[in-house]
Amino acid sequence: MSVAEAIKTETPAEKPEQVSHKITGKDVCVYYGDKQALFDVNLDVREKQVTSLIGPSGCGKSTFLRCINRMNDVIDGCRVEGEIKVDGTDIYRSGLDVVELRARVGMVFQKPNPFPKSIYDNIAYGPRIHGQASDSAELDQIVETSLRRAGLWEEVKDRLDNPGTGLSGGQQQRLCIARAIAVNPEVILMDEPCSALDPIATARIEELIDELREKFTIVIVTHSMQQAARVSQRTAFFHMGVVVEEGATSDIFTKPQDGRTLDYITGRFG
Amino acid sequence: MDSSVLIVTILILTLFGYWMGRSRARMLAGTEHLSVLHSLPSYHGSYVALWCGLPALLLVAAWLIFEPSLIEHIVVEAIPGARALEPAQLSLLIADIRNLTSGNIVSREIDPTLAAAGEHYNALQTISHAAMIVLTLAIAVYGLYLARKNQTRGFRARNRVEKIVRIVMVVASTIAILTTVGIILSLIFETLRFFEKVTVTEFLFGLNWSPQTALRAEQVGSSGAFGAVPIFAGTFMITGLAMIVAVPIGLLSAIYMSEYAGPKFRAVAKPMLEVLAGIPTVVYGFFAALTVAPFFRQTGEAAGLMVSSESALAAGMVMGVMIIPFVSSLSDDVMNAVPQSLRDGAYALGATQSETIKQVILPAALPGIVGAVLLATSRAIGETMIVVMAAGLAANLTANPLEAVTTVTVQIVTLLVGDQEFDSAKTLAAFALGLVLFVITLGLNMIALRVVRKYSEKYD
Ligand SMILES: Nc1ncnc2c1ncn2[C@@H]1O[C@H](COP(=O)(O)OP(=O)(O)OP(=O)(O)O)[C@@H](O)[C@H]1O
Ligand SMILES: [Mg+2]
Repeated sequence: MSVAEAIKTETPAEKPEQVSHKITGKDVCVYYGDKQALFDVNLDVREKQVTSLIGPSGCGKSTFLRCINRMNDVIDGCRVEGEIKVDGTDIYRSGLDVVELRARVGMVFQKPNPFPKSIYDNIAYGPRIHGQASDSAELDQIVETSLRRAGLWEEVKDRLDNPGTGLSGGQQQRLCIARAIAVNPEVILMDEPCSALDPIATARIEELIDELREKFTIVIVTHSMQQAARVSQRTAFFHMGVVVEEGATSDIFTKPQDGRTLDYITGRFG
Repeated sequence: MDSSVLIVTILILTLFGYWMGRSRARMLAGTEHLSVLHSLPSYHGSYVALWCGLPALLLVAAWLIFEPSLIEHIVVEAIPGARALEPAQLSLLIADIRNLTSGNIVSREIDPTLAAAGEHYNALQTISHAAMIVLTLAIAVYGLYLARKNQTRGFRARNRVEKIVRIVMVVASTIAILTTVGIILSLIFETLRFFEKVTVTEFLFGLNWSPQTALRAEQVGSSGAFGAVPIFAGTFMITGLAMIVAVPIGLLSAIYMSEYAGPKFRAVAKPMLEVLAGIPTVVYGFFAALTVAPFFRQTGEAAGLMVSSESALAAGMVMGVMIIPFVSSLSDDVMNAVPQSLRDGAYALGATQSETIKQVILPAALPGIVGAVLLATSRAIGETMIVVMAAGLAANLTANPLEAVTTVTVQIVTLLVGDQEFDSAKTLAAFALGLVLFVITLGLNMIALRVVRKYSEKYD
């Protein structure tokens, strides 16, 4: 399927009146030690929509994504400047509770990373540490709903006690998505969630992303332009640490404004 | 020519063979590119060198091993009436002949037969030595010649060399394995002999250990009791004390180093902790005996407690310090092997650092940590020097760590130090103790390795 076709068939038309920004990034600069990875990035993410970040390898997509739930804090020597707001609060202001932020902004990684625990405990992990279930019945309920939303319930409902690491790659990734939605976040960040999966598992995850859009704001990094076209409403094109272009997915792929975007989506570099 | 000179000569010949094979191969290639040869010139060189050196060196080794007994046999055969001698007398005779030829003191009058035998021995040795030199050098040169004759452009020197190298390695590992098997077998046989004198049940379940047996039949008061329970109890008590010190300190420092400390601190602290493992155990031993034990006794006295000057506590604590690095270093490694993606996953769900460590990293690393602790335990059980110096000799059956206890290793040392008959129950008891100790540590190591292996299957 070509990019243009994908847009025609899968991207729903946007309604311009309901623009509300969940995340706003202003003049974001990120440094790894002395090396600057992002240069004055200005990027807003709309609520209850899928925004995809595309661009050649090393251009800073993951770096930006990890800024949104402060996962960069874990990396030695990483420094973030500028301002990122989620629901209007600056998430880098001093005194902000990172634990609470991450409960609101969940993340799914490139490689499925289930904990070496049972399927049930994988899902229950987040609700437990945040005290979101008052009794075990409620926890059971959260686990079931999350697995159902991730489209995994039917496959695993009889073996919730088995280790999560024993599932197939695609199932593991859906388990990780279920784990992320179990804490009932508002935003889900996905860093190339399908790059380790086969086409069928990829299609399932893409379907899932489309369904999740109803409840969550989603930011996804992807290397597949077809995927960006299929699942996202907005697209931002990164190049060498700057956002070159941002707009409705259909516009980016059919009438890009910048020559670099055109070169990238037509496969001339990257 | 001395045998060492002979060996050096062969080695020089071998080097020469290498050089010759290599230059011959280069010559075969001529002005063309080296790829016209099946194997690179260095393989040709190695091939020639191996053929020159290996058979000759093997022959020298065999010669040096078998020559003495062969010559002795011939000499003894030549002495009239020697065959009728008892084995003990025969070996005395042989020793005398040897001493005579090497100019040492002889235990008897030098009669004509002995002198003749000595001369015979000397003559044979001279002949044999000359034969060895001539034969081995001939074989070396012949091997060199043969190998060189084989060299052609298409000659598969590489495959041959690889094969020979593989055989050499198989032989080396076989020797290592056979040695181990030999040690175990000798342990088992001596233990069986011990159990002819003392019953298995008495040894394993007896509560009384005093291995002083009577040297003379009429001696009183030393009947000997070989109940090993008190000394195993002592071993386990000291090991337990050591683990009480080593496991928490080792584990916590491993957690700190792998999860909290920055790379710079880690780079300094980890080698420093490992230095603890490099301190000779005898140093720990006198540290325990001269510093820690008196300290405990004085503190105990001040608190009104009876602390023996060779308390289990002192030995156990110092041993614990010694095995801290075993626990910390291995645990640190397994925790570092837990993939970063798992940490990221936990952090992304909003887990704090200590929650991540407790609920994700430690469970994931647990098999490795258990393995580390088991290896450290088996190390503590087998540790000798510290307990010889700091634990007592009396086989007390007690649960009080302030009293003196003794351990298996200490008892083995005391059983074998000093003069005794080789086949007395006292001496043989050492083998039985050694065997039990060996079985315990082997079991622990096997469990530990199995656990660690199971763990490492999960993440690669
Ligand atoms: N932990 C780190 N330490 C130092 N430099 C880093 C680190 N992570 C990323 N970088 C650098 O920052 C830049 C942006 O990296 P980033 O991972 O954001 O790229 P990306 O767009 O996600 O690439 P890809 O598509 O290959 O995943 C790169 O030049 C990279 O080398
Ligand atoms: Mg990336």
